[in-house]
Amino acid sequence: MAKPESCRFMKSHEWVAGEGADAAVGVSDHAQSEISDVVFVELPKLGRRVKQGEAVCVIESVKAAFDIYSPLSGEVVAVNEALVKDPALVNRSPQEEGWLFKLKPSNPAELETLMSWGQYKEFLETAATHGH
Amino acid sequence: MSATAAELRRTPLNERHRALGARLVDFHGWELPIQYESILKEHEAVRRDAGLFDVSHMGQVWARGKGALAFLQKVNANDVARLSPGQALYSQLTNENGGIVDDVIVSRLESERYLVVVNAATRAGDLAWFKKQAAGLPVELEDASDSFGMMALQGPLANEIAASLYPELAGLPRFGALERRIFEQPAVITRTGYTGEDGFEFIVPNEIASRLWDNLLLKGRSVGLRPCGLGARDTLRLEAGLLLYGQDIDEEHTPFEAGYGWVVKLDKGDFIGREALRRQKAEGPRRRLWGVKLLERGVPRPGAAVLLEGRRAGTLCSATFSPTLGTGIGMGYLDAGLAPSTKVAVELHGRPVSAQLVRPPFYKRSEETHG
Repeated sequence: MAKPESCRFMKSHEWVAGEGADAAVGVSDHAQSEISDVVFVELPKLGRRVKQGEAVCVIESVKAAFDIYSPLSGEVVAVNEALVKDPALVNRSPQEEGWLFKLKPSNPAELETLMSWGQYKEFLETAATHGH
Repeated sequence: MSATAAELRRTPLNERHRALGARLVDFHGWELPIQYESILKEHEAVRRDAGLFDVSHMGQVWARGKGALAFLQKVNANDVARLSPGQALYSQLTNENGGIVDDVIVSRLESERYLVVVNAATRAGDLAWFKKQAAGLPVELEDASDSFGMMALQGPLANEIAASLYPELAGLPRFGALERRIFEQPAVITRTGYTGEDGFEFIVPNEIASRLWDNLLLKGRSVGLRPCGLGARDTLRLEAGLLLYGQDIDEEHTPFEAGYGWVVKLDKGDFIGREALRRQKAEGPRRRLWGVKLLERGVPRPGAAVLLEGRRAGTLCSATFSPTLGTGIGMGYLDAGLAPSTKVAVELHGRPVSAQLVRPPFYKRSEETHG
């Protein structure tokens, strides 16, 4: 679906790929590792209009539920139905087969507010040194 | 590491958990692994092969002397007099109202020497309760919790692994208890556990805990033994319908309400709470701990509302995704008059998800493969 190098990232670890009609959204490899065993993904409804930063779906592990925020404003135009049967795709392939939903962005300029892959990697390193 | 983490109590196996890359969490003031690699893999290892758990946070209280049995009979709802030396039983300590003070395993090692394994969070309270109830009786109580570590070897291959180190363990019956030396130190081994599988619990002095842990892992690795954390311990025990003190039971709930009426032996003679429990048994409890099984996808969590015909009828006290069933399960107190299979709903993220009532356990191991 999207190599991390060509994605933009949120501080809450979602990625978004592409600027066209179908910007795919998922969670980073770092996030799937932190979430651990994904057992259920509550996907958003098709056609739902979301704002940047709005909680749009929930990833559930054995122990906890994680809200997933939309990296961009827009309309949900596709959801990854494969996650219904195999939610662990999020763990096995967070950047490819484990994508969550696709958006038709309403304000592509919002991409500029997100981190590049290089910035995100730096953000993770800083968080690792200062956090936990 | 943060300041709070430094104040947590550490078990004698703490360094082992760190070396194995465990995720450590605060569990009632103890630093314990929630998982090593994956809760699902650890859960599956225990159902299929075997798992090894650090349960050193559990407390150990010795009761010795001529009055030991009389004391234990007074504080326990179960009948400790049924134990011969070398036997253990599950019991609940009850108060005057029949409310549950703690749930425990009592082992009789010698005719006047018993070991009571208590929960970590209730240890101090139990000790105070025990001392009060033992007043005037010729019994000596000793809290040995700080000197002992404890680990649980659980799963269908637990017997094979344990017997490869200590051959006499193969002959230990379910709820059997024995004492032997391990690395020249006195140890107690019981055929008990908290997973719904066959298994053993080893109570050993702190100094040798990591050596026993290493030996068990070494012996078991080739047959699939995995170190397991609290995450898998919780999913395993909930599938097996086993109670978690402080979450499923407490002083506000009785054994009958918890669905553990079999623990209460009203005919054994007097004990604390007997009259209240006799009354409740005669009248029938008004609420009971029901199992709730989701009929749709979703993962229930403790605290989720249970709805009956659209109205709130109770709350889930324990709830999780069941790795064995592949569905959401939970337990909660609801009207005792309801029938199994009654359709209910569990509120998840503000949405009612359909479910049905069942009598726990959710999972029962096949007996023919075990001794």
